[in-house]
Amino acid sequence: MSFDAAFQNQNFKSVGTRPLRPDGVDKVTGRARYGADFNMPGQLVARVLRSPHAHARIVAIDTARAAAVKGVKAVITAADLPDLSNGDKALFNILDNCMARTKAMYDGHAVAAVAAIDEKAAKQAMKLIDVEYEVLPHVVDVDAATEPDAPILNDAVFTTGIDPAPTTASNVANRSEFGHGDVEAGFADADVIVERSYRTEQTHQGYIEPHACVASCNPDGTADLWVCTQGHFVFRQNCADLLGLEVSKLRVTSSEIGGGFGGKTHVWAEPVALALSRKAGRPVKLVMSRDEVFRASGPTSATSIDVKIGATKDGKITAATATLRYSNGPYADIWAELGAMTSFACYDLKNVKTVGFEVLVNRPKVAAYRAPSAPMAAFAVESAIDELAQKIGMDALDLRIRNAASEGTRSSYGPVYGPIGIGPTLEAAQAHPHMTAPLGTNQGRGMACGFWFNFGGQTCTDLNVNADGTVTLAVGTVDVGGSRASLSLVAAEELGIDYQDVKAVVADTGTLGYNDMTDGSRGTFSSSMATISAARNAIAVMRQRAALTWDIPVEDVYWEDGHAKAAGAKYGNLAPLSVKEIAAESGNTGGPIAGHSELVADGAGVSFATHICDVEVDPETGATSVIRYTVIQDAGKAVHPAYVEGQYQGGAAQGIGWALNEEYIYGEDGRLQNPGFLDYRIPVCSDLPMIDTQILEIPNPNHPYGVRGVGETSIVPPLAAIANAVSNAVGVRMSHIPMSPPRILAALSRQKGE
Amino acid sequence: MSSIAVSTTINGDDVEFLCRADETLLDVLRNRLGLLGAKEGCGTGDCGACSTIVDGRVVCSCLVLGAEAEGRTIETIEGMANGSELHPLQAKFIEHAALQCGICTPGFLIAAKALLDVNPEPTEEEIRYWLAGNLCRCTGYDKIVRAVQDAALEMRGERA
Repeated sequence: MSFDAAFQNQNFKSVGTRPLRPDGVDKVTGRARYGADFNMPGQLVARVLRSPHAHARIVAIDTARAAAVKGVKAVITAADLPDLSNGDKALFNILDNCMARTKAMYDGHAVAAVAAIDEKAAKQAMKLIDVEYEVLPHVVDVDAATEPDAPILNDAVFTTGIDPAPTTASNVANRSEFGHGDVEAGFADADVIVERSYRTEQTHQGYIEPHACVASCNPDGTADLWVCTQGHFVFRQNCADLLGLEVSKLRVTSSEIGGGFGGKTHVWAEPVALALSRKAGRPVKLVMSRDEVFRASGPTSATSIDVKIGATKDGKITAATATLRYSNGPYADIWAELGAMTSFACYDLKNVKTVGFEVLVNRPKVAAYRAPSAPMAAFAVESAIDELAQKIGMDALDLRIRNAASEGTRSSYGPVYGPIGIGPTLEAAQAHPHMTAPLGTNQGRGMACGFWFNFGGQTCTDLNVNADGTVTLAVGTVDVGGSRASLSLVAAEELGIDYQDVKAVVADTGTLGYNDMTDGSRGTFSSSMATISAARNAIAVMRQRAALTWDIPVEDVYWEDGHAKAAGAKYGNLAPLSVKEIAAESGNTGGPIAGHSELVADGAGVSFATHICDVEVDPETGATSVIRYTVIQDAGKAVHPAYVEGQYQGGAAQGIGWALNEEYIYGEDGRLQNPGFLDYRIPVCSDLPMIDTQILEIPNPNHPYGVRGVGETSIVPPLAAIANAVSNAVGVRMSHIPMSPPRILAALSRQKGE
Repeated sequence: MSSIAVSTTINGDDVEFLCRADETLLDVLRNRLGLLGAKEGCGTGDCGACSTIVDGRVVCSCLVLGAEAEGRTIETIEGMANGSELHPLQAKFIEHAALQCGICTPGFLIAAKALLDVNPEPTEEEIRYWLAGNLCRCTGYDKIVRAVQDAALEMRGERA
């Protein structure tokens, strides 16, 4: 049956309510099982040996002494993970990152691993692995890496995206460009131009649960993997490719996940654990330490961004450009490209051009982090917009409203927008009491906008109607923040039954078809679409069963309020049949009742937010406190509003940490100096105020309920909103994130001419 | 290495275990006693995911040696509910959506219980500073603070 995903306006009964989440009790009683909470008989303990050098050739590795330690069952190096990438560069990069082959590319790069009967034996063996390194010059800074005399990370990398193709190797892996119009002509029309450079430092997703897995390669050629991941089907594919397994032979079960934020969309340790298990012939548990999480799992990019914006005196932007350099770690990806695409997405611009450069540095491979690459670009652009407003003498909010994109606007990255929420979030901000609340001494207010694409992707869902009329919903998108509750609401809504009668589970890769990862804010968007489709298919079955029971044509049976009903006066004496009644008879009417759905969830509606922030800066210490914070964001339709608010608040909190505190600090030796929560300080409870939220609902035309993804956009505006607030508080424009106390003091000193 | 025999009380039950001298209380709880509710987020006492109550005081169990449990009274998340009846804090955390991924939740509940045990009527600021040793990366703490406030209200009998 074809599925119509178009938005249908309706009055919701379940969707939009706030029931208790189905996994709540497990999580408050300590029963929920995360990555490290699973064990297998005969399981070994794994430890990974990591490079202490930022850049070094691996001359030789001798594992003989380590392998001889009593209790050690396997020691592996890159030789135990042979290159099966067959020319697939992306796959090779994953392989090389999991276990360094010829060169260690960053402090923390895995070079060998051990599996032993206990921690003690494993640690002892680690000390006895002899690695001979030839230390090479390194570069960790995004700008320094582009200098002509910078050490080259990879001799085979020649900048792509430029014509003519270069003939010398470079740390700039790719150049990408977006935009339209004639920016030079646009700047010529401008009365006022702001041109500024900005920097942001590298941050980590900071999930509280370190990466953890239990891998078991079995003697019959099958394998099992228990792992905390945002996408067990993708992990299955990556691991099967790297280990030379058939996909069907590897069964991956996603544990409860203790935070991911993009960082658990990449395999790091799992192929290593599988290779250890294969060599040892026993199950292997591999849990990263916090130090390893910081040093060797993906942080976001450090950036260096130049922005130029011109406008007329009455506040119409005539042209805008941005040049964005994003650090990628040692392997080329699309992080600057995403920054270049998102930079000016909030605005309706006649002339716009953005250029992104992917820069290789001796730091860990960059991973997605919540709306990856957008927060830094928004920081630069939204800071410049504020400055532009000041120069023109116009209110910064009015300037944004004047130039906001709307339905029909051609976005700076190409597509033409449908109905979008940037204008409404700005207008809501203008009307919000926060905007006019009084400010005290040393306090400042800032605001900023943000955009994220959102993603749909491949999705597969099974909905089984049990004999008692309850429903089991099996989804393949990992639940990172309450999606089992929202998807149960959607199933209940579509079937017309109680939320309590639906139980949603995340199925493993052996029991459900392929699903893309929970990324791109797609979990609830795509799986709710598939759930609606599956429910409609189950309803079609139930209508047939009712028709059979009544012995009437199925065309005369319709579905309403959770019941099959006979249409027309001629069936007036047929009482409607409930799901429970139909299910109870299923054994006699054709067997189990189910609805399935396999689809590509196209049409993820783009997402916009506006944030307002008040800060107080201590001029003596440079310390900044966020004293009030408001998030206004379009959800399309908030399925479970409490968890939508949670996404808004959580993204804002991460952005506050990024703006004020968090950064990777490297020494001259290229080693990470703060790989722990003591020195890499994420916001704690006493650092933050309550975070107010306002949910707007501008329906996504491409989803039956109007749902848009909500998970990521909330981290996009905070860097800029806080920078604008701090700048307004201290009277100095802050252009370097994080605005840590020393940076603020230095800026104040510069202002005083000290 | 010879093991140390330890007798202690966990969640009201007498418990005996053997551990090595270098094992932490967290290692013992998780690896020897099957009490997996306490989580290791850092192993350095910075995240609070392994919070337990030892003799009435909140500790990071990753910073306590297993052998130090001798003769002590220990409370873990597994003992917080009274059978199938959730502690008010547990119920309020679910009701207020005060958890997303839930990995920090056992630690927050233990720390919040210790707070309400000594201060049944904490201000928002007292709650925020008491819980400052527990990291949450999902929620921004807003709903956690509200859940603790609401549980305190209920435990004081000021609202049904």
